[in-house]
Amino acid sequence: MKIIGTDREGNTKEVEGRDGWSVMEILRDNGFDIAAECGGACACATCHVYVTDGWYDKLPAPSDAEIDMLDMALAVEPGSSRLSCQIICSNETDGIKVTVAPE
Amino acid sequence: MTDAPAAANSGNPIETDVAIIGAGPIGLFAVFELGLLDLKCHLIDILDRPGGQCTELYPEKPIYDIPGLPIVTGQELVDRLMEQIKPFDPQFHFGEMATSLEKLDDGRWKLKTDQGTEIIAPVIVIAAGAGSFQPKRPPVAGIETFENAGDGIGVHYAVRKMETFRGKNILIAGGGDSALDWVINLAPLAKTLTLVHHRDGFRAAQHSVNQMRELEAAGKVKFHVASVKALHGEPGKLTGVTLAGADKSEWQHDADVFLPFFGLTIKLGPIAEFGINLHENLIPVDTARFESQTPGIFAIGDINTYTGKLKLILSGFHEAALMAQAAFHIARPNEKLRFQYTTSSSNLQKKLGVN
Repeated sequence: MKIIGTDREGNTKEVEGRDGWSVMEILRDNGFDIAAECGGACACATCHVYVTDGWYDKLPAPSDAEIDMLDMALAVEPGSSRLSCQIICSNETDGIKVTVAPE
Repeated sequence: MTDAPAAANSGNPIETDVAIIGAGPIGLFAVFELGLLDLKCHLIDILDRPGGQCTELYPEKPIYDIPGLPIVTGQELVDRLMEQIKPFDPQFHFGEMATSLEKLDDGRWKLKTDQGTEIIAPVIVIAAGAGSFQPKRPPVAGIETFENAGDGIGVHYAVRKMETFRGKNILIAGGGDSALDWVINLAPLAKTLTLVHHRDGFRAAQHSVNQMRELEAAGKVKFHVASVKALHGEPGKLTGVTLAGADKSEWQHDADVFLPFFGLTIKLGPIAEFGINLHENLIPVDTARFESQTPGIFAIGDINTYTGKLKLILSGFHEAALMAQAAFHIARPNEKLRFQYTTSSSNLQKKLGVN
Protein backbone atom coordinates (compact mmCIF):
# COMPACT_ATOMS: atom_id res chain seq x y z
CA MET A 1 0.00 0.00 0.00
CA LYS A 2 1.38 3.34 -1.08
CA ILE A 3 1.41 6.80 0.44
CA ILE A 4 2.20 9.67 -1.90
CA GLY A 5 3.64 12.35 0.33
CA THR A 6 4.65 15.92 -0.49
CA ASP A 7 6.95 17.85 1.83
CA ARG A 8 6.90 21.56 2.69
CA GLU A 9 9.24 22.31 -0.21
CA GLY A 10 6.87 20.67 -2.68
CA ASN A 11 8.91 17.51 -3.25
CA THR A 12 6.75 14.45 -3.75
CA LYS A 13 7.82 10.94 -2.81
CA GLU A 14 5.98 7.64 -2.93
CA VAL A 15 6.52 5.56 0.19
CA GLU A 16 5.32 2.16 1.31
CA GLY A 17 2.66 2.12 4.04
CA ARG A 18 2.24 -0.66 6.57
CA ASP A 19 -1.10 -2.08 7.53
CA GLY A 20 -2.14 -0.75 10.93
CA TRP A 21 0.60 1.89 11.13
CA SER A 22 -0.30 5.54 11.11
CA VAL A 23 0.48 7.75 8.13
CA MET A 24 2.49 9.91 10.59
CA GLU A 25 4.79 6.99 11.45
CA ILE A 26 5.34 6.11 7.80
CA LEU A 27 6.09 9.70 6.78
CA ARG A 28 8.38 10.28 9.77
CA ASP A 29 10.30 7.05 9.19
CA ASN A 30 10.75 8.02 5.54
CA GLY A 31 12.46 11.27 6.35
CA PHE A 32 9.56 13.69 6.13
CA ASP A 33 9.98 16.62 8.50
CA ILE A 34 7.12 15.87 10.87
CA ALA A 35 7.61 16.84 14.51
CA ALA A 36 4.87 14.60 15.97
CA GLU A 37 5.88 15.90 19.36
CA CYS A 38 3.40 13.83 21.33
CA GLY A 39 4.37 10.62 19.53
CA GLY A 40 0.96 9.93 18.05
CA ALA A 41 -1.35 10.58 20.99
CA CYS A 42 -3.52 13.15 19.20
CA ALA A 43 -2.21 15.68 21.70
CA CYS A 44 -0.07 18.23 19.87
CA ALA A 45 -1.20 18.88 16.26
CA THR A 46 2.39 18.83 14.97
CA CYS A 47 1.71 16.02 12.45
CA HIS A 48 -0.82 18.11 10.52
CA VAL A 49 -1.20 17.20 6.84
CA TYR A 50 -3.48 18.15 3.97
CA VAL A 51 -5.23 15.14 2.46
CA THR A 52 -5.74 15.95 -1.21
CA ASP A 53 -7.09 14.66 -4.51
CA GLY A 54 -10.40 13.45 -3.15
CA TRP A 55 -8.80 11.28 -0.48
CA TYR A 56 -10.21 13.29 2.43
CA ASP A 57 -13.74 12.06 1.80
CA LYS A 58 -12.62 8.45 1.38
CA LEU A 59 -11.20 8.31 4.93
CA PRO A 60 -13.17 7.51 8.07
CA ALA A 61 -14.29 10.83 9.58
CA PRO A 62 -11.99 12.39 12.17
CA SER A 63 -12.86 11.75 15.81
CA ASP A 64 -14.09 14.56 18.06
CA ALA A 65 -10.68 14.48 19.76
CA GLU A 66 -8.95 15.02 16.44
CA ILE A 67 -11.33 17.83 15.43
CA ASP A 68 -10.61 19.49 18.77
CA MET A 69 -6.87 19.04 18.42
CA LEU A 70 -6.93 20.57 14.93
CA ASP A 71 -7.92 23.80 16.68
CA MET A 72 -4.27 23.96 17.76
CA ALA A 73 -2.91 23.44 14.23
CA LEU A 74 -1.77 26.28 12.00
CA ALA A 75 -3.21 27.01 8.55
CA VAL A 76 -6.05 24.53 8.82
CA GLU A 77 -7.93 23.92 5.57
CA PRO A 78 -11.42 22.57 6.20
CA GLY A 79 -12.12 19.53 4.03
CA SER A 80 -8.44 18.65 3.78
CA SER A 81 -6.66 19.06 7.13
CA ARG A 82 -6.04 15.94 9.20
CA LEU A 83 -3.64 14.83 11.89
CA SER A 84 -1.57 12.12 10.21
CA CYS A 85 -1.21 10.16 13.47
CA GLN A 86 -4.94 9.52 13.26
CA ILE A 87 -4.96 8.12 9.70
CA ILE A 88 -4.30 4.39 9.81
CA CYS A 89 -2.84 2.65 6.77
CA SER A 90 -4.94 -0.11 5.22
CA ASN A 91 -5.87 -1.39 1.78
CA GLU A 92 -8.48 1.36 1.71
CA THR A 93 -5.79 4.04 1.97
CA ASP A 94 -3.59 2.60 -0.80
CA GLY A 95 -2.43 5.53 -2.92
CA ILE A 96 -3.48 8.26 -0.47
CA LYS A 97 -2.05 11.70 -1.21
CA VAL A 98 -0.95 13.94 1.64
CA THR A 99 1.03 17.18 1.91
CA VAL A 100 2.84 18.16 5.10
CA ALA A 101 1.29 21.38 6.48
CA PRO A 102 3.38 24.43 7.45
CA GLU A 103 4.85 24.53 10.95
CA MET B 1 7.07 36.01 25.44
CA THR B 2 9.98 37.97 26.79
CA ASP B 3 8.41 41.32 27.57
CA ALA B 4 7.88 40.62 31.27
CA PRO B 5 9.96 42.63 33.71
CA ALA B 6 13.13 40.91 34.88
CA ALA B 7 12.58 39.07 38.12
CA ALA B 8 14.30 40.48 41.15
CA ASN B 9 16.95 37.99 42.19
CA SER B 10 18.21 38.95 45.58
CA GLY B 11 20.62 36.04 45.74
CA ASN B 12 22.05 36.57 42.27
CA PRO B 13 24.21 34.86 41.24
CA ILE B 14 23.01 31.69 42.94
CA GLU B 15 25.67 29.13 43.85
CA THR B 16 24.64 25.50 43.99
CA ASP B 17 25.85 21.99 43.15
CA VAL B 18 23.83 21.27 40.03
CA ALA B 19 21.81 23.40 37.61
CA ILE B 20 19.23 21.37 35.71
CA ILE B 21 17.72 22.71 32.50
CA GLY B 22 14.26 21.25 32.16
CA ALA B 23 11.78 20.29 34.88
CA GLY B 24 10.18 17.40 33.01
CA PRO B 25 10.01 13.92 34.53
CA ILE B 26 13.70 13.24 33.93
CA GLY B 27 14.91 16.56 35.34
CA LEU B 28 12.73 15.93 38.40
CA PHE B 29 14.03 12.42 38.97
CA ALA B 30 17.59 13.70 38.57
CA VAL B 31 16.92 15.79 41.69
CA PHE B 32 16.20 12.56 43.55
CA GLU B 33 19.31 10.71 42.43
CA LEU B 34 21.52 13.75 43.01
CA GLY B 35 19.82 14.39 46.33
CA LEU B 36 20.69 10.92 47.63
CA LEU B 37 24.30 11.96 47.10
CA ASP B 38 23.72 15.27 48.94
CA LEU B 39 23.91 17.39 45.80
CA LYS B 40 21.57 20.38 45.77
CA CYS B 41 19.74 21.37 42.59
CA HIS B 42 18.23 24.40 40.92
CA LEU B 43 15.92 23.74 37.96
CA ILE B 44 15.05 26.09 35.12
CA ASP B 45 12.02 25.61 32.89
CA ILE B 46 10.37 27.86 30.35
CA LEU B 47 6.95 26.56 31.35
CA ASP B 48 5.22 27.89 34.45
CA ARG B 49 4.96 24.51 36.18
CA PRO B 50 6.81 21.20 36.44
CA GLY B 51 6.28 18.27 34.10
CA GLY B 52 7.42 19.34 30.64
CA GLN B 53 5.72 17.40 27.86
CA CYS B 54 3.90 15.20 30.41
CA THR B 55 1.85 18.09 31.74
CA GLU B 56 1.91 20.34 28.69
CA LEU B 57 0.94 17.81 26.03
CA TYR B 58 -0.81 14.94 27.76
CA PRO B 59 -1.68 15.62 31.42
CA GLU B 60 -4.82 13.44 31.19
CA LYS B 61 -3.45 10.67 28.96
CA PRO B 62 -2.55 7.42 30.67
CA ILE B 63 1.02 6.14 30.49
CA TYR B 64 1.33 2.35 30.75
CA ASP B 65 5.08 1.72 30.68
CA ILE B 66 6.35 3.19 33.93
CA PRO B 67 7.78 0.28 35.94
CA GLY B 68 5.57 -0.47 38.91
CA LEU B 69 2.77 1.87 37.87
CA PRO B 70 0.47 -0.10 35.55
CA ILE B 71 -1.41 3.07 34.67
CA VAL B 72 -0.61 6.65 35.50
CA THR B 73 -1.48 9.91 33.75
CA GLY B 74 1.15 12.45 32.78
CA GLN B 75 -0.01 14.76 35.56
CA GLU B 76 -0.10 12.03 38.20
CA LEU B 77 3.42 10.93 37.33
CA VAL B 78 4.69 14.47 37.71
CA ASP B 79 2.78 14.95 40.98
CA ARG B 80 4.36 11.77 42.34
CA LEU B 81 7.83 12.81 41.24
CA MET B 82 7.35 16.18 42.94
CA GLU B 83 6.37 14.36 46.13
CA GLN B 84 9.34 12.02 45.79
CA ILE B 85 11.89 14.85 45.48
CA LYS B 86 10.35 17.10 48.11
CA PRO B 87 12.84 16.03 50.85
CA PHE B 88 15.65 17.43 48.73
CA ASP B 89 14.10 20.91 48.55
CA PRO B 90 14.85 21.63 44.87
CA GLN B 91 14.62 25.27 43.83
CA PHE B 92 12.57 25.98 40.70
CA HIS B 93 12.89 28.86 38.27
CA PHE B 94 9.72 28.60 36.20
CA GLY B 95 8.91 30.78 33.21
CA GLU B 96 12.59 31.22 32.49
CA MET B 97 14.62 30.14 29.50
CA ALA B 98 18.28 29.17 29.89
CA THR B 99 19.99 31.45 27.41
CA SER B 100 23.73 31.20 27.92
CA LEU B 101 26.39 29.06 29.51
CA GLU B 102 29.87 30.22 30.30
CA LYS B 103 32.84 28.47 31.91
CA LEU B 104 34.37 30.32 34.85
CA ASP B 105 38.06 30.45 35.74
CA ASP B 106 37.47 28.19 38.76
CA GLY B 107 36.10 25.45 36.49
CA ARG B 108 32.47 25.96 37.40
CA TRP B 109 29.72 27.03 35.00
CA LYS B 110 27.61 30.15 34.96
CA LEU B 111 24.16 29.67 33.51
CA LYS B 112 22.04 32.72 32.70
CA THR B 113 18.32 32.94 31.97
CA ASP B 114 16.27 35.42 29.96
CA GLN B 115 14.88 36.73 33.24
CA GLY B 116 18.28 37.65 34.61
CA THR B 117 18.79 34.69 36.93
CA GLU B 118 22.40 33.52 37.15
CA ILE B 119 23.33 30.14 38.55
CA ILE B 120 26.89 29.07 39.24
CA ALA B 121 27.45 25.33 39.58
CA PRO B 122 30.16 22.76 38.92
CA VAL B 123 27.66 20.51 37.14
CA ILE B 124 25.10 21.33 34.45
CA VAL B 125 22.44 18.78 33.57
CA ILE B 126 20.47 19.27 30.36
CA ALA B 127 17.16 17.45 30.63
CA ALA B 128 15.41 19.61 28.10
CA GLY B 129 13.46 16.99 26.12
CA ALA B 130 13.19 18.26 22.57
CA GLY B 131 13.93 21.81 23.67
CA SER B 132 11.83 24.78 24.78
CA PHE B 133 8.10 25.08 24.43
CA GLN B 134 7.44 28.15 22.34
CA PRO B 135 4.23 29.55 20.90
CA LYS B 136 3.27 28.33 17.45
CA ARG B 137 3.81 31.08 14.91
CA PRO B 138 1.22 31.20 12.11
CA PRO B 139 2.80 30.79 8.63
CA VAL B 140 1.98 34.32 7.49
CA ALA B 141 4.67 36.12 5.51
CA GLY B 142 6.60 38.70 7.52
CA ILE B 143 4.88 37.95 10.83
CA GLU B 144 8.20 38.11 12.70
CA THR B 145 8.63 41.77 11.70
CA PHE B 146 5.55 42.64 13.78
CA GLU B 147 6.72 40.74 16.88
CA ASN B 148 8.36 42.58 19.79
CA ALA B 149 6.92 45.84 18.47
CA GLY B 150 6.08 46.98 21.97
CA ASP B 151 3.24 46.95 24.46
CA GLY B 152 -0.19 46.65 22.93
CA ILE B 153 0.83 46.76 19.26
CA GLY B 154 1.85 44.23 16.66
CA VAL B 155 1.89 40.47 17.15
CA HIS B 156 1.87 38.96 20.65
CA TYR B 157 1.67 35.32 21.69
CA ALA B 158 0.77 36.07 25.29
CA VAL B 159 -0.94 38.86 27.18
CA ARG B 160 1.17 40.25 30.00
CA LYS B 161 -0.52 43.57 30.68
CA MET B 162 -4.15 43.77 29.61
CA GLU B 163 -4.25 47.51 30.05
CA THR B 164 -1.84 48.01 27.12
CA PHE B 165 -4.56 46.72 24.81
CA ARG B 166 -7.16 49.31 25.84
CA GLY B 167 -8.75 51.15 22.93
CA LYS B 168 -7.08 48.96 20.31
CA ASN B 169 -8.44 47.08 17.33
CA ILE B 170 -7.67 43.56 18.47
CA LEU B 171 -7.65 40.46 16.30
CA ILE B 172 -7.46 37.06 17.99
CA ALA B 173 -6.97 33.77 16.12
CA GLY B 174 -7.54 30.29 17.49
CA GLY B 175 -10.20 28.06 19.01
CA GLY B 176 -8.76 26.82 22.27
CA ASP B 177 -9.06 28.00 25.84
CA SER B 178 -6.40 30.70 25.54
CA ALA B 179 -8.06 32.24 22.49
CA LEU B 180 -11.48 32.34 24.11
CA ASP B 181 -10.24 33.43 27.53
CA TRP B 182 -8.57 36.46 25.97
CA VAL B 183 -11.58 37.24 23.82
CA ILE B 184 -13.64 37.37 27.01
CA ASN B 185 -11.08 39.33 29.02
CA LEU B 186 -10.06 41.85 26.37
CA ALA B 187 -13.51 42.55 24.87
CA PRO B 188 -14.48 45.07 27.58
CA LEU B 189 -11.45 47.29 26.96
CA ALA B 190 -10.90 46.86 23.20
CA LYS B 191 -12.03 49.39 20.62
CA THR B 192 -13.00 46.42 18.48
CA LEU B 193 -12.37 42.75 19.05
CA THR B 194 -12.54 40.17 16.29
CA LEU B 195 -12.03 36.43 16.63
CA VAL B 196 -11.17 34.24 13.64
CA HIS B 197 -11.09 30.46 13.64
CA HIS B 198 -11.19 27.85 10.89
CA ARG B 199 -14.51 26.41 12.03
CA ASP B 200 -17.64 27.46 13.86
CA GLY B 201 -16.74 25.32 16.85
CA PHE B 202 -14.20 25.44 19.64
CA ARG B 203 -12.23 23.00 21.75
CA ALA B 204 -12.41 25.47 24.64
CA ALA B 205 -14.42 24.92 27.81
CA GLN B 206 -18.16 25.15 27.18
CA HIS B 207 -18.73 28.03 29.60
CA SER B 208 -16.08 30.05 27.73
CA VAL B 209 -17.76 29.30 24.42
CA ASN B 210 -21.11 30.39 25.88
CA GLN B 211 -19.59 33.65 27.15
CA MET B 212 -18.03 34.33 23.75
CA ARG B 213 -21.36 33.70 22.01
CA GLU B 214 -23.06 36.14 24.41
CA LEU B 215 -20.48 38.81 23.65
CA GLU B 216 -20.99 38.17 19.95
CA ALA B 217 -24.76 38.46 20.30
CA ALA B 218 -24.31 41.73 22.20
CA GLY B 219 -22.18 43.10 19.35
CA LYS B 220 -19.05 43.35 21.51
CA VAL B 221 -17.15 40.65 19.62
CA LYS B 222 -17.15 39.81 15.94
CA PHE B 223 -16.51 36.20 14.99
CA HIS B 224 -15.58 35.01 11.51
CA VAL B 225 -14.87 31.52 10.21
CA ALA B 226 -11.73 32.76 8.53
CA SER B 227 -7.96 32.73 8.59
CA VAL B 228 -5.29 35.42 8.44
CA LYS B 229 -3.65 35.43 5.00
CA ALA B 230 -1.51 38.57 5.18
CA LEU B 231 -0.41 41.28 7.60
CA HIS B 232 -0.23 44.93 6.58
CA GLY B 233 1.66 47.90 7.91
CA GLU B 234 5.27 48.73 8.44
CA PRO B 235 7.65 46.60 10.48
CA GLY B 236 6.70 47.18 14.09
CA LYS B 237 3.42 48.87 13.23
CA LEU B 238 0.54 46.64 12.26
CA THR B 239 -2.40 48.42 10.66
CA GLY B 240 -4.51 45.62 9.22
CA VAL B 241 -4.78 42.09 7.91
CA THR B 242 -6.22 40.22 4.98
CA LEU B 243 -8.72 37.63 6.11
CA ALA B 244 -9.91 34.70 4.00
CA GLY B 245 -13.27 33.08 4.63
CA ALA B 246 -14.31 29.47 4.25
CA ASP B 247 -15.44 30.24 0.68
CA LYS B 248 -11.92 31.61 -0.07
CA SER B 249 -13.26 35.16 -0.39
CA GLU B 250 -10.79 37.70 0.99
CA TRP B 251 -11.30 41.02 2.73
CA GLN B 252 -9.31 43.67 4.58
CA HIS B 253 -9.65 44.14 8.32
CA ASP B 254 -8.25 46.90 10.55
CA ALA B 255 -6.09 45.63 13.39
CA ASP B 256 -3.50 47.24 15.68
CA VAL B 257 -2.72 44.01 17.40
CA PHE B 258 -2.85 40.35 16.38
CA LEU B 259 -2.92 37.66 19.05
CA PRO B 260 -2.53 34.13 17.62
CA PHE B 261 -3.27 31.38 20.16
CA PHE B 262 -2.39 27.98 18.69
CA GLY B 263 -0.66 26.51 21.69
CA LEU B 264 2.98 25.60 21.99
CA THR B 265 5.49 23.72 19.95
CA ILE B 266 9.00 22.62 20.81
CA LYS B 267 12.12 24.30 19.44
CA LEU B 268 15.64 23.46 20.54
CA GLY B 269 16.30 27.10 21.37
CA PRO B 270 19.45 28.61 22.89
CA ILE B 271 20.95 25.23 23.89
CA ALA B 272 22.22 25.11 20.32
CA GLU B 273 24.41 28.12 21.17
CA PHE B 274 25.99 26.63 24.31
CA GLY B 275 28.98 25.29 22.41
CA ILE B 276 28.11 21.66 23.17
CA ASN B 277 28.58 19.14 20.39
CA LEU B 278 25.21 18.33 18.83
CA HIS B 279 24.12 15.67 16.39
CA GLU B 280 20.83 16.39 14.61
CA ASN B 281 19.73 18.61 17.51
CA LEU B 282 20.57 15.93 20.08
CA ILE B 283 23.48 15.79 22.50
CA PRO B 284 25.76 12.76 22.04
CA VAL B 285 26.69 11.23 25.42
CA ASP B 286 28.63 8.27 26.69
CA THR B 287 26.53 5.59 28.33
CA ALA B 288 28.59 5.24 31.50
CA ARG B 289 28.19 8.84 32.65
CA PHE B 290 25.66 10.45 30.28
CA GLU B 291 28.06 13.32 29.95
CA SER B 292 28.27 15.40 26.80
CA GLN B 293 31.57 15.85 25.03
CA THR B 294 32.06 18.91 27.24
CA PRO B 295 33.15 17.72 30.72
CA GLY B 296 30.79 18.81 33.48
CA ILE B 297 27.79 19.11 31.17
CA PHE B 298 25.49 16.11 31.25
CA ALA B 299 22.48 15.34 29.05
CA ILE B 300 19.68 12.97 30.05
CA GLY B 301 16.26 12.10 28.65
CA ASP B 302 14.99 12.80 25.14
CA ILE B 303 17.67 15.43 24.46
CA ASN B 304 20.55 12.94 24.36
CA THR B 305 21.60 10.35 21.82
CA TYR B 306 23.72 7.20 21.99
CA THR B 307 23.76 3.80 20.34
CA GLY B 308 20.54 2.06 21.25
CA LYS B 309 18.83 5.15 22.64
CA LEU B 310 15.11 4.78 23.27
CA LYS B 311 13.07 7.88 23.97
CA LEU B 312 11.27 6.46 26.97
CA ILE B 313 10.75 7.99 30.40
CA LEU B 314 12.14 4.84 32.03
CA SER B 315 15.36 5.17 30.03
CA GLY B 316 15.71 8.74 31.26
CA PHE B 317 15.37 7.58 34.87
CA HIS B 318 18.26 5.15 34.39
CA GLU B 319 20.32 7.87 32.74
CA ALA B 320 19.66 10.19 35.70
CA ALA B 321 20.96 7.60 38.16
CA LEU B 322 24.22 7.05 36.33
CA MET B 323 24.67 10.75 35.67
CA ALA B 324 24.37 11.46 39.40
CA GLN B 325 27.23 9.10 40.24
CA ALA B 326 29.51 10.84 37.74
CA ALA B 327 28.34 14.31 38.74
CA PHE B 328 29.22 13.59 42.38
CA HIS B 329 32.90 13.19 41.52
CA ILE B 330 32.90 16.59 39.79
CA ALA B 331 31.00 18.42 42.53
CA ARG B 332 32.79 16.66 45.43
CA PRO B 333 36.25 15.84 44.06
CA ASN B 334 37.72 15.13 47.48
CA GLU B 335 34.94 12.93 48.83
CA LYS B 336 34.42 9.22 48.48
CA LEU B 337 31.10 8.16 46.99
CA ARG B 338 29.36 5.61 49.15
CA PHE B 339 26.84 3.61 47.15
CA GLN B 340 23.84 2.75 49.27
CA TYR B 341 20.32 1.36 48.94
CA THR B 342 17.28 3.28 50.13
CA THR B 343 15.86 0.04 51.53
CA SER B 344 18.73 -0.59 53.91
CA SER B 345 20.57 2.69 54.48
CA SER B 346 19.39 4.58 57.54
CA ASN B 347 21.49 7.47 56.25
CA LEU B 348 19.48 7.68 53.02
CA GLN B 349 16.22 7.14 54.88
CA LYS B 350 17.07 10.10 57.07
CA LYS B 351 17.59 12.25 53.99
CA LEU B 352 14.23 11.10 52.68
CA GLY B 353 12.61 12.01 55.98
CA VAL B 354 11.26 8.51 56.53
CA ASN B 355 13.47 7.52 59.42
